[in-house]
Amino acid sequence: MLKQNRNWSADPVLSVEHLTMRFGGLVAVDDLSFDVGRGDITALIGPNGAGKTTVFNCVTGFYKPTEGRIALRRDGSVTPEALAELTRSGRQYAEGDKGSIFLLERMADFKITEVAGVARTFQNIRLFGGMTVLENLLVAQHNELMRASGYTIGGLLGLPGYRRAAEAAKETAVEWLRRVNLLDRADDPAADLPYGAQRRLEIARALCTNPVLLCLDEPAAGLNPRESAELNTLLKYIRDDHGVSVLLIEHDMGVVMEISDHIIVLDYGKKISDGTAPEVRSDPKVIAAYLGVDDEEVEDVERDLEVKPAPTRAEGDAR
Amino acid sequence: MADITQSASANRPEGAERLSEDRREAMRGEPPFVEAPAEDSRLVRALKEAGITAGLIAVLTFFFFFMKTDIAVGGLSLTVDPWTWFVAIAITFVGRFLLTFFVFAGERPAVGGWKKIAAATAGWPIGKVVGAVLLFVALTLPFLLTIFLPSQDRYLLDLAILILTYVMLGWGLNIVVGLAGLLDLGYVAFYAVGAYSFALLATNFDLGFWVCLPMAGLFAALWGVMLGFPVLRLRGDYLAIVTLAFGEIIRVVLLNWYTFTGGPNGILGIPKPTLFGLEFSRGKGSFSDFFGIEYSSIQRFIFLYYIILALALLTNFVTMRMRKLPVGRAWEALREDEIACRSLGINTTNVKLTAFATGAMFGGFAGSFFATRQGFISPESFTFIESAIILAIVVLGGLGSQLGVVIASVVMIGGIELLRNLTGLQAIFGTGFDPTQYRMLIFGLAMVLIMVWKPRGLVSTRSPSAIYKEKKAIGADLVAQGEGH
Ligand SMILES: Nc1ncnc2c1ncn2[C@@H]1O[C@H](COP(=O)(O)OP(=O)(O)O)[C@@H](O)[C@H]1O
Ligand SMILES: [Mg+2]
Repeated sequence: MLKQNRNWSADPVLSVEHLTMRFGGLVAVDDLSFDVGRGDITALIGPNGAGKTTVFNCVTGFYKPTEGRIALRRDGSVTPEALAELTRSGRQYAEGDKGSIFLLERMADFKITEVAGVARTFQNIRLFGGMTVLENLLVAQHNELMRASGYTIGGLLGLPGYRRAAEAAKETAVEWLRRVNLLDRADDPAADLPYGAQRRLEIARALCTNPVLLCLDEPAAGLNPRESAELNTLLKYIRDDHGVSVLLIEHDMGVVMEISDHIIVLDYGKKISDGTAPEVRSDPKVIAAYLGVDDEEVEDVERDLEVKPAPTRAEGDAR
Repeated sequence: MADITQSASANRPEGAERLSEDRREAMRGEPPFVEAPAEDSRLVRALKEAGITAGLIAVLTFFFFFMKTDIAVGGLSLTVDPWTWFVAIAITFVGRFLLTFFVFAGERPAVGGWKKIAAATAGWPIGKVVGAVLLFVALTLPFLLTIFLPSQDRYLLDLAILILTYVMLGWGLNIVVGLAGLLDLGYVAFYAVGAYSFALLATNFDLGFWVCLPMAGLFAALWGVMLGFPVLRLRGDYLAIVTLAFGEIIRVVLLNWYTFTGGPNGILGIPKPTLFGLEFSRGKGSFSDFFGIEYSSIQRFIFLYYIILALALLTNFVTMRMRKLPVGRAWEALREDEIACRSLGINTTNVKLTAFATGAMFGGFAGSFFATRQGFISPESFTFIESAIILAIVVLGGLGSQLGVVIASVVMIGGIELLRNLTGLQAIFGTGFDPTQYRMLIFGLAMVLIMVWKPRGLVSTRSPSAIYKEKKAIGADLVAQGEGH
């Protein structure tokens, strides 16, 4: 039973190995390794400043990790040998009939989305505020439309191929808007939407890039309980009906425990627990990290270990 | 320029709105502990402020208007002219009084009132109507002029050509600044590249206007890419400064590369455009000869007018079309949020380069037209002030607005010309008053006024590039301005 559940080691879509990210003297992520299972909802949790957003930024190419390998497999049948060979070869990715592998730490941020198929949202929402909701989703389909418009030449001449593609793109957008319940706001500027709707729109926009892995940075932050429940349904729908693997950072334990197939707990840049929801919930280290331990106990431990108290860390954002 | 926009938009309307919000807030809560100071009545306050302003002006202009020193034989001569001084003071007093009494002291800020009007008329297709009327006037202008103002038609047609050149330049720069949100202070560089490539190609290889025109555009686009590369990574003020430097570098190179560009002497004898090989001159094989009509120098002007009109309309058409294509949408997305663009798999390098190249290409076309119209070019025509005027047109018109650029060009270029002829002001300031000396001052004042009144430009709404059901204009307060504003 337990073995069957561990989809992430059997068929990982993303493997993060020995990831280290230093900012000057600060080690934000420290020798972190984990796998994200294909078709799973994986949650990355931990206290503020634990380094979760930094991991996201490394995976999506916004930061170049100091050390480590981040491998994305688009198909399941990639052998470890193929991965090792790609790593040696110095290339960024290998696409073959047996499966494609992408070494994300070598790729530029936009290439990661375009070629490897990783999409993300941001902790502090980044929408195109002055553009309409519909336009936001059309921008997300840029690369596809660019090709269809013959890199603008065909589009300028109004060739039928482009017009068809534009229609299709609009249909995709409308479909997602209906799904996230924003269709009636399609012609409103994105900045005019209420907060919860902006979060949903950002998710829909990321999905319009047609990803295999969707990274969501605190999607439930600032949502009310009803909106949170809707988000749960949406994430399950994405996983089940579109086969998109989801990696999310979340503080709302209600969301995390209910929908996650796999939870990874970070504290001070290190992994302290990794497993299914029931496993993680009962892990004493997680409880200690989340609830904190008594002051006296801390002093005892510090005396034993002879360490200085850890510096307090401010919360950082995506950028 | 950009700074004026920024601070004006940051201060005036928001400040006024905040103030009234704070007041309402205070009224709802507990009474304030300190008595609010008794406010002067509107009239007293207006008089007070007008007095202060007039006093300031009196001090500031004392040595310019009241007592004036001029160099005379054997030293300086002093002229005392209290009359001009009094007039200046009186104007500021009355102006400030009216402003304070009717605009600033109103219960609701005047901007709020304007918003109401704007909201009430939002449903009307004003932009479309104005655009259609302008287009009609532009298409028939030469005939309108010969019918209604035959005595001045050459002068006015020449002015119209000049205005249209700036409309085209404004539309070109609008792609870079208004759509892609990259503040470019050196746009005149592409104008110069276009003009010089046309002039050099035409004079050295004996090519005609219609062959050189696309080549000049391509050269300028190439330069756009070349200048675009180094500034790709720059943001904000740095981008503005480096583009400004590029504009100057091009001019200095043109000035000093004597053997190639002729240096300060410029290039002479640039051929005039022909209509399918027909020249606009006297004699055999000319336009008038071919059609058997009498030769008149106005024919050439009309022809030039229609060339620049066609070029400008082409610019407009391509820009409007591109806005609805993925590349144009990516420009606007780039202006809104570059990081979000990259997270969606958009290669922002390419997006920026296409914006620079497209903008530069239209600048190049306009440059070739300038060269063929003048028949002579020199580096003097491509100074920083040109960049500044074009940018001012774009900013005053409203970033990203095509119609705004037209209105701003007409007002700015036409306005400068009109001020040249404002001899009526001599009645007030005495016969020694020369309006041409003050036109830049008046012009600057007008610009400040517009920036106070409409900080985001004349046409400050954005119309969406794709519509699901209903087209709604987007208010300027929601639209980002991009880098360096
Ligand atoms: N660009 C950066 N430069 C310096 N320090 C950073 C940067 N990004 C994040 N950090 C630091 O890394 C640590 C982890 O931050 P973050 O990943 O945002 O935490 P979380 O998302 O888990 O709350 C914090 O101490 C933060 O200050
Ligand atoms: Mg975070």
